[in-house]
Amino acid sequence: MNKGKATVYPYIPNSVPAVKEEMLRAVDAQSTEEFYEDVPEVLRLREPLELPPPLLSEHELKRHVEGILARNRTAGEYLSFLGAGCYQHHVPAVCDEVNGRGEFLTAYAGEPYDDHGRFQALFEYASMMGELLEMDVVNVPTYDGFQAAATSLRMAARLTGRRGALLCGTISPQKLSKIADYCQRSMELRLVEYSPETGQMALDALRDAISEETAAVYVENPSYLGFLEVQGKEIAALAHEAGAECVVDVNPLSLGVLAPPVTYGADIVCGDIQPLGMHMQFGGGQAGFIASRDEVRYVMEYPSRLFGIAPTRVPGEYGFGDVAYERTSFAVREEGKEWVGTAAALWGITAGVYLALMGPQGMAEIGEGIMARARYAMLRMDDIDGVQAPAFDAPHFQEFVVRFDGTGKTVAEINGALQTRGILGGKDLSQEFPALGQSALYCLSEVHTQADIDQLVLALREVVAE
Amino acid sequence: MSRDIMQERYVDGNPRLRRFHQARWDEPVIFELSREGQRGILVPEVERGIRDTVGDALSTLPEGLRRSNLPALPELSQPQVLRHYDRLSQENLGTDLNVDVGQGTCTMKYSPKINDQLARSPKVAELHPLQDEDTVQGILEIMFRFEEILKAISGMDRFSLQPAAGSAAIYTNTSIIRAYHAHRGEAEQRDEIITTIFSHPSNAACAQTAGFKVITLYPDERGYPDLAALKAAVSERTAGLMITNPEDTGIYNPKIEEFVRVVHEVGGLCAYDQANANGILGITRAREAGFDLCHFNLHKTFSAPHGCGGPGAGVVGATQELARFLPVPLLAFDGEHYHLDWDRPDSIGKIGPFYGNASVILKAYAWAMSLGAEGLREVAEIAVLNNNYLLAKVLDIPGASAPYAEGKRRIEQVRYSWQELAEGTDVRSEEIGLRAADFGVHYWTSHHPFVVPEPCTLEPTESYAKDELDEYAAILAHVAEEARIDPELVKTAPHRSTIHSIEHEPLDDPERWAVTWRAYKRKVKSYPGGGK
Repeated sequence: MNKGKATVYPYIPNSVPAVKEEMLRAVDAQSTEEFYEDVPEVLRLREPLELPPPLLSEHELKRHVEGILARNRTAGEYLSFLGAGCYQHHVPAVCDEVNGRGEFLTAYAGEPYDDHGRFQALFEYASMMGELLEMDVVNVPTYDGFQAAATSLRMAARLTGRRGALLCGTISPQKLSKIADYCQRSMELRLVEYSPETGQMALDALRDAISEETAAVYVENPSYLGFLEVQGKEIAALAHEAGAECVVDVNPLSLGVLAPPVTYGADIVCGDIQPLGMHMQFGGGQAGFIASRDEVRYVMEYPSRLFGIAPTRVPGEYGFGDVAYERTSFAVREEGKEWVGTAAALWGITAGVYLALMGPQGMAEIGEGIMARARYAMLRMDDIDGVQAPAFDAPHFQEFVVRFDGTGKTVAEINGALQTRGILGGKDLSQEFPALGQSALYCLSEVHTQADIDQLVLALREVVAE
Repeated sequence: MSRDIMQERYVDGNPRLRRFHQARWDEPVIFELSREGQRGILVPEVERGIRDTVGDALSTLPEGLRRSNLPALPELSQPQVLRHYDRLSQENLGTDLNVDVGQGTCTMKYSPKINDQLARSPKVAELHPLQDEDTVQGILEIMFRFEEILKAISGMDRFSLQPAAGSAAIYTNTSIIRAYHAHRGEAEQRDEIITTIFSHPSNAACAQTAGFKVITLYPDERGYPDLAALKAAVSERTAGLMITNPEDTGIYNPKIEEFVRVVHEVGGLCAYDQANANGILGITRAREAGFDLCHFNLHKTFSAPHGCGGPGAGVVGATQELARFLPVPLLAFDGEHYHLDWDRPDSIGKIGPFYGNASVILKAYAWAMSLGAEGLREVAEIAVLNNNYLLAKVLDIPGASAPYAEGKRRIEQVRYSWQELAEGTDVRSEEIGLRAADFGVHYWTSHHPFVVPEPCTLEPTESYAKDELDEYAAILAHVAEEARIDPELVKTAPHRSTIHSIEHEPLDDPERWAVTWRAYKRKVKSYPGGGK
């Protein structure tokens, strides 16, 4: 930078010295210092911030960032079988096109009159999710599936006036950590045992644990460990007998083929919409949904915004606005339900685009195709000496636990060897679920071909034989 | 001889207000566009070899777990989907399009396109968060470097980039405050959080959610946070103070150090909500004021786009003493490798599924790197200059006022009042906003409750040219004049928007509200006239 010559910043129109002078004069100020008269001298920084030198030209900036990013080797460059909450699916180009439009990307919180499009798109997102879930109320997305699960439980606590939550024992320890933090002073959490053979919730244990203190019974379908919980009806019935809410966490992408949880008795359904058109983004594509029946007592417990459709003064014109706004912290601060703020609206719009593109047929086909690929992978992997796939004798959707104990190798060793062959093996579960020994969580999706799976199997055969 | 068009576009040397009209596509709800059998995208077919091996994959599902009917999603071809959403996008006024100074507290600045482009790179988009650390050194380096930048800007010792937005960061602060007191065996005793009415509502709401009792301080008669009220509020029950500075009025609390000291003296912690940091970058920091915790909104101060309300990012800074409570994992660098440090036994645990919104963090990093220390200070100074310039312009409008701190400068925003105009015309602040929409700009009243009567909050940021600020002020002046001359015109606004005034009653009526199309179709009969 030339000494003495002020930089004109492209992002800062009034950084032109003459303009600055003109504006200062207009407000009778000698310098911008005057605007900070309330900032005590002792708190004022007198030295510049210690930051790296700026990359003033766009080209330098691009080169710098791309240079660093070049050190990444992406899941797309490998053959990846990672899932565990973040899923590699094909993202339709139209999803990227729509969420890249500046009108959506750079908008925020305008009124329904300047931002009609945002309101309609999010109403439509909720409506399409509603069809997938067969439920009438779906929120504007919250941060992620973890938050959706935590809030669903707190909703159940408020609905029942109770504190207990019984959670499926195969929940992800990280999600449990989030829920434990979020419910720390308001709920008591307890994990329900599961069958080591099938992964299914032990109904006897549930019966023993459930009481008139139980606010919610929480199950996942598919579970974190990939298997499906087939006793939804029995679990919901036990919850209802005890006066508790049945909360089901679901992968929305599975609902083209799997029954929506409401059909087996779920009261509140939650989950993460990342699989519906969001790139993985190192975990930055998550967004949470919460759904319920359209009953006042449920609606009034949502912290999130709910966008509803309403007439305008012109016949035949759709308007949109906030439903029951007075329940939110925007309206009544700490008197509201939990809180509401910026979360993941753009991913909601994107998931709407995804569902509109896929339609009923697409959702059925992708679900069935994923199940077929996962089943094929399980069968082929189970053929390998010392490898057991799946670890649980139950139906699965797209993920499944593979046990490597019989190979005499650790998952870390196997994954390391796979990586040198261009493959990202499943998530190592040996820390999270010691009872499963040397196990990994493998994930399949529509992006995998038979050749991809065969390549994995071939590599695994080599690796375990080494 | 042709007419001089230029002459007609200017009045007394000033440009005329735009003859704006928002896009009005009268677009149906997407279900109405459906026609049976249409497809928007095809999915890869399952190969023969897989089919032959597995047979009918769905047959593994027990009866109750298999979907019995296809979901009633709309069926559209791909160009129809695109046209539908592109039309909706045109009916949405992004910051890219308007002089977006009307959404105060939100810091609606320019989001540089190069940063969006970088974040869309497959090198970010296609990264799985559970990949081996060796394969994600690039994104970890970006995150690590950005933490260093945040440390310099705030003076704090460690940052977590995990919270997904501002309120999630505020909640993280409450959770850390709770953990700190629990660690000292004072969890039961320390059950009160103090905040101010001009701090974001989430400070109160998150504290309540975390199990605290909330004490809200109101300003003194000059609009400053009331030190006497704070002194009366603190006790051995005080867990912490959660405060914005400058507050949403744009007034900087000159006694902030004393506020922090008073809370520390009774054993409480102080968390600094830096949502309003745009005007003080490089001017003053959380560390010097004595804060234990702070947070920034990357989608506000650090230019990441707001995305219609997220994804954003809220980064939490802590002093060395409190860093051990930050969410896991934190970033670490051993001089060669970047990695994720999970070995933090006192951590509050997980706040979100992975490590934060990486693409938002990348955009914020690129923005900060494009400016450097001098540039960030220029951001602050121009944001503040723009604000004080606009303040003078708005105060010139009859009926407008800026309550509190009379005659004083403001930092980056001002909470104005149209009380005087409302008294003379019966036109409310909200109605002024709806009329402003007819000229192609946003306008927001304020967070509730309306302590300032008939409020609006304007925050010009550094991103708008002087002429654009003049335009915004001219729109407000014009609407205020209309309010006096033809109040009905303002009260029936908008006139040039996508839609006309919405009937709000159904939105609060359980018999008529409809959050989904399926609910609407069920309830539509109860609408007057049977709906559409």
